[in-house]
Amino acid sequence: MLIKNLDRISRRGILRGALNGAAVTVSLPFLDMLLNDSGTAFAATGQALPERFGTWFWGLGIDPKIFKPKVGPLTEALPPQLAALEKVKQHINVFTNFDVLTDGAPNLCHFTGWVALRTGSPPAGRGNLPGPSLDTAVADAIGGGTRFKSVQLAATGAPRDSYSFQSASAVNPPEISAVDFYTKIFGPEFQDPNSPNFTPDPRIMTRKSVLSAVTEQRNDLARTLGAADKARLDQYYTSIREVENRLALQLEKPAPAPNCKIPAKPEEVPVGLDVEVVKARHRAMTDLLAMALVCNQTKVFNMVYSDGGSSLVRRGLDKTHHAFTHEEPIDPVKGFQILSSAFVNDAMTEWGYFVEKLASTAEGDGSLLDRTLIYAHSDCELAKVHSLPSIPMFTAGTLNGKVKAGQHIDGNAQAATRLGFTVQRLMGVPIGSWGTKSMEAKQEIGEIIA
Amino acid sequence: MTRMFDLRKLRVGRLGKRSLQVTAGAALLAAGAMALQKPESAWQLPSAKAAAQSAETPRAPALRLLTQSQYQNIITGIFGPDMAVKVRFAPVQRLDGLLAVGASTAVMTGGGIDPLESTARAVAQQVVSPERRGYLIGCEPTNAKTADEACARDFLSRTGRLLFRRPLTTRELDDAVAMAGSAAVSSGSFYEGLGDALAGLLVSPQFLYIWENAEPGPAGSNGWRLDGYSKASRLSFLLWNTAPDDALLAAAERGELHTLAGVQKQFDRMLASPLYRDGVRAFFDDFLVNEAFETLSKDTQFYPAMTVKAIGEAREQMLRTVVDHLVARNGDYRDLFTTRRTFLSSDLAVLYRIPLDTGSQGWVPYEFPAHDPRVGIQSQIGFLAKYAHPARSSPTRRGRAVREVLLCQHVPDPPPNVDFSNFEDPAGEFTTARDRLNAHNANPICAGCHKITDPIGLTLENFDGAGQFRVAERGTPIDVSGSLDGVEFADAIGLGKALRDNPSLRSCIVNRLYAYSIGQHVPTEAEARLEQYQATLDKRGYRFDEMLRLIVTDPSFFSVQPLVATRSTSKDIPHRSAARTAMKGARHAD
Repeated sequence: MLIKNLDRISRRGILRGALNGAAVTVSLPFLDMLLNDSGTAFAATGQALPERFGTWFWGLGIDPKIFKPKVGPLTEALPPQLAALEKVKQHINVFTNFDVLTDGAPNLCHFTGWVALRTGSPPAGRGNLPGPSLDTAVADAIGGGTRFKSVQLAATGAPRDSYSFQSASAVNPPEISAVDFYTKIFGPEFQDPNSPNFTPDPRIMTRKSVLSAVTEQRNDLARTLGAADKARLDQYYTSIREVENRLALQLEKPAPAPNCKIPAKPEEVPVGLDVEVVKARHRAMTDLLAMALVCNQTKVFNMVYSDGGSSLVRRGLDKTHHAFTHEEPIDPVKGFQILSSAFVNDAMTEWGYFVEKLASTAEGDGSLLDRTLIYAHSDCELAKVHSLPSIPMFTAGTLNGKVKAGQHIDGNAQAATRLGFTVQRLMGVPIGSWGTKSMEAKQEIGEIIA
Repeated sequence: MTRMFDLRKLRVGRLGKRSLQVTAGAALLAAGAMALQKPESAWQLPSAKAAAQSAETPRAPALRLLTQSQYQNIITGIFGPDMAVKVRFAPVQRLDGLLAVGASTAVMTGGGIDPLESTARAVAQQVVSPERRGYLIGCEPTNAKTADEACARDFLSRTGRLLFRRPLTTRELDDAVAMAGSAAVSSGSFYEGLGDALAGLLVSPQFLYIWENAEPGPAGSNGWRLDGYSKASRLSFLLWNTAPDDALLAAAERGELHTLAGVQKQFDRMLASPLYRDGVRAFFDDFLVNEAFETLSKDTQFYPAMTVKAIGEAREQMLRTVVDHLVARNGDYRDLFTTRRTFLSSDLAVLYRIPLDTGSQGWVPYEFPAHDPRVGIQSQIGFLAKYAHPARSSPTRRGRAVREVLLCQHVPDPPPNVDFSNFEDPAGEFTTARDRLNAHNANPICAGCHKITDPIGLTLENFDGAGQFRVAERGTPIDVSGSLDGVEFADAIGLGKALRDNPSLRSCIVNRLYAYSIGQHVPTEAEARLEQYQATLDKRGYRFDEMLRLIVTDPSFFSVQPLVATRSTSKDIPHRSAARTAMKGARHAD
C-alpha cells in the first residue's frame, strides 16, 4: 500500500536520501579539521584547540584556621587543609576574603552561599533560584560543536545533586553512576575520532528526523497555552533541538583527537554516601570526564563532590559531616573541629585529584588543564556558623594562557561575584556586569588575568 | 465572546464566604441520590449568580510533566507488563509539599530529554519486535519490507489515542503515518518504520506532558470547564496513576464526564479496579516524601541488617500498610497512625526482631501485639530510619517530619550562627538524646524551635537510627514521654493517638490530596472549600474513597478559567469538536 504523505517529510528535507549511508548535508564545526604538526591547533584554520569550562563543588566549607595560605604566589608549603593540593598548586588560584552579601535577605543555611555564587544573587527563600547558573551562560557561549552541551556529575550518586540550572524548575540532571556515564559517552553511540573509517549510521538520521517531526505541531500546541506554560513548551523544543544537534554531529566524521583513547568500562560503585564510596565514585567519574573532554564529547562540565549540607558519612561514625560541623566541639588545642575537618580534607584531596587528572591528561603539546578553566567553591566558609564572608573559592587551569595560576588572592571583603564575573568574561560570555545590588560585579579580578 | 466577557467579570468579582458554602453544600448534595437527577449544567458549574458571588477564582488549566512511575504505568498498561521500561526523569521540585505540584512547573532540559529519547526508542523497538508485533500491532502489512499506510494508520491512531489521552488530530496522525512510511521505505522494514513513528509519539510533548484544555461551560452556567478528555486524565492520573483506559476515553467521547452521573459511574468503576491501589500508592509515595529512600543509607557497622535491600523494603512496608488500611479495609485515614497491622518481609523481620518464616510468599501480614509500642506508620522502620542519622536516632528530625509532612506545618530553619557544641557533651555526662537536647535547649534561641519538634521525636526514642527497638541508650533507660500541641503522653502509643486526633492531621491530608488531585498550588481562596470538605469528613470519617469522592464530585473540581488571549478554538483539534458535540447534547438535556 502506497504512502500518501511522504511530501510532508520530504519537504522538510528530513531524510535527504542519506539513509543508506549516502552523503549527508549537515555541516559541523570540526569537519575536515586536522591538527597541526605540533598538536596545538587545527591545521586548516590555525584555531587553537577547544577551551573548556567546568565547575567543581563541595559542601560545608573549610576550617579558616588551617586553610588560608599566604597571600600572593603559592610559593610556600600550603597550610594543612590544602596539603593535598601541594603538587597541583601551580595550576590553581585560591580566593579568600570574598564575601557573599545578602542585602537583607536571610542567610539560608547551606543554600544562600552557593546560589549566590552560581547566579550572582542571594535567593529570596529556600528553593528560590534567582537566575540561571553561570555555567549555562558559558555553555551557550562555547558549548556547541560537541555531542553534549554540558555534562553534570554527582559523586554523591544522588539525583538531586546538581547546581546547574536554568531555573528552579529546570535543573540539569546529573549523572549519578559512573557506569551510566561511561555508557552515555563511550557506549554504542560513541564515534572514535581517530578511527580511519567513518560511515554515517542511517539510524541516526532517522532518529533526527523523528525529532524534527515532533516539532511539526509546535504552533498548534503553543496557542493552547498561557504565557508561562508556553515558555515551558519553548524550552522543551529547545531541548529537542539540543538532541537533534547532537545527532547531527554524529552524522559527520569527528575531528581527530590524537589523545583520545576509549577508557575501560568502570566497575559500578555501590550506592551510598560513605566518604570512601563517594571518593571512589568521584574518581571514576573524573577519569571518564577527562577522556570525554579530550575526545571532544563536551566542553562544559559540572561536578558535585558533596552536596551543600553534606550528607557524607564515615564508616564507624554515628552522624553525617553536616551534623559534625554543628555538634562537634572545637578542639581546644588545635583550634578546629577534628572529625569535621577530616571530611573537608577529603574534599580537598578529591579536588586535588580532579585537578591532577586534568593536568596529567595530555592534549596537543600540553595538558587538558592548559585549555580549561575550572571554577570551584563551597556553600559557606565555616559550616559551624554558616558564615558567608570569605566563602572559599578556587580556579584551576590556565585556559590557553589567559589565566595566571599559582596565587592566593585576598578579596578584601569585596563581592564574591567578581570571580564568577571574571570566569564568564574569560570564557567569552558577553556580559558587562553580573549579580545584583551589593553583589553586582563589573570588574574582573585582574590578578589572575594573564 | 460573550462568555469571555462574563468570565473577566467573574475573575474580578469580590465575593463573600457565604457563596462558597453554598457551592460546597451543593457538592455534598451532589454525592446523594437526589443529585443524580440534577441536570448537567447545575452540577457542572455554579449558576451565573453563584459564580458571580464566588470568591474563588477558577484555576488555569494545568500542564503537568508525567512522573517516572506514570510513564512506566502507561507503557506497561498499553503494551503489557513484560515491557522493560528503563526510564529516568530529571528530579522535579517539591512545591507545597508535593512533587505533583512541582510537575506543573517542571521544565524539560536537554539533559532531561536525552534519556527519554533513548527510552522511547527502546520501548518502540520492543513493541515492533518479532516476539510482540503479532499481538501488539493489530494488523499485518501487505509487504513487511516497505510502507503500509493502512496498517500504520490503524496502529498509530489506536495507540496514539491511548498515549495522548485523546484522539490524535488529523495532522498529528498524518505526520506519524508519514514518518512510519518514510522510515519504512528507507530501512526496508515496515516494522522499523512503525517503531520510529511510535518513538516520535513517545518523545512528543503531547505524551510527556498532561495537557488540560478549557472549553466554555454549557448554557445556563457561567464559566469554563475542562473538556472531557482533560477530565478523564485528571481522574485517571489521580485514581490510577496512569492514563485513561479505553472505557474512560469512550466516556469522555460520549460527553458522559460532563454529568455527575457519568463521573460517579466512572469513579465507582475506577475504585473497583486493581489500579486504584496504584493510585493510592502514588499519592502516598509523594505525600510521605519517599524519594528520600532512594539515597538513604545506613552504616552497616552499626546496623548490619539495614542493607540497601532492607531500606527499599522499609519503603514498601509503609506503602503496603497504607494501601491495605485505606483500600482493602476501607479504614479511616487517621487510624493509619494507630494501626498495628502491617506486612513483613524476611529482611525486615530481622530488623524488627520478629521470628518469621515468610517462605516463598515474600510479604506476609503481621499485627503487632497490644503491648508493643509499634503503632501507626510513624513507628515503622521506614519513617524512623528516614528521619534519623546514619548511625543514630534524631528526635529533632522525626519531630520535624511529623510537623512538616504529616501535619503540613512549617518548622523554621535553625539560625545560621547557633552553637551546637554542647550537644556533643564534652564532659561525657549525657547518655540519652533527651539529655543532649536539654543541654542544647539551654540556649533560648534553640529552644524556640526544638520545643515544637523534640517532644514528638523523643517519644520515638525507643527506636534507634535504623528503627530497631531498644529500651536504653548507653545503659540508661529511655524516657519516651512527650507531647503534641498540649496533649501529653507516655510513649509512642500515646503519640499515635494524639497524632490521630490532631486537627492538623485532618486539614493536612485534605489540603495535600486536593493539591495532588488538581496538580497545582491550592490558592488561599480555596481554603474555605477545603474547610467544608473537612467538616463533612469529620462527620463521615476520613475514608480515602470518601475523600476522593468529595473532591471529584465537587463542581469546582473541573472548573477552570480560559486562557483569555491565547486559547485556541481551532477546529483542527477533534477532541474540541467532540466536546462541543457533547455540550450540545448537554444543553439539549437541560
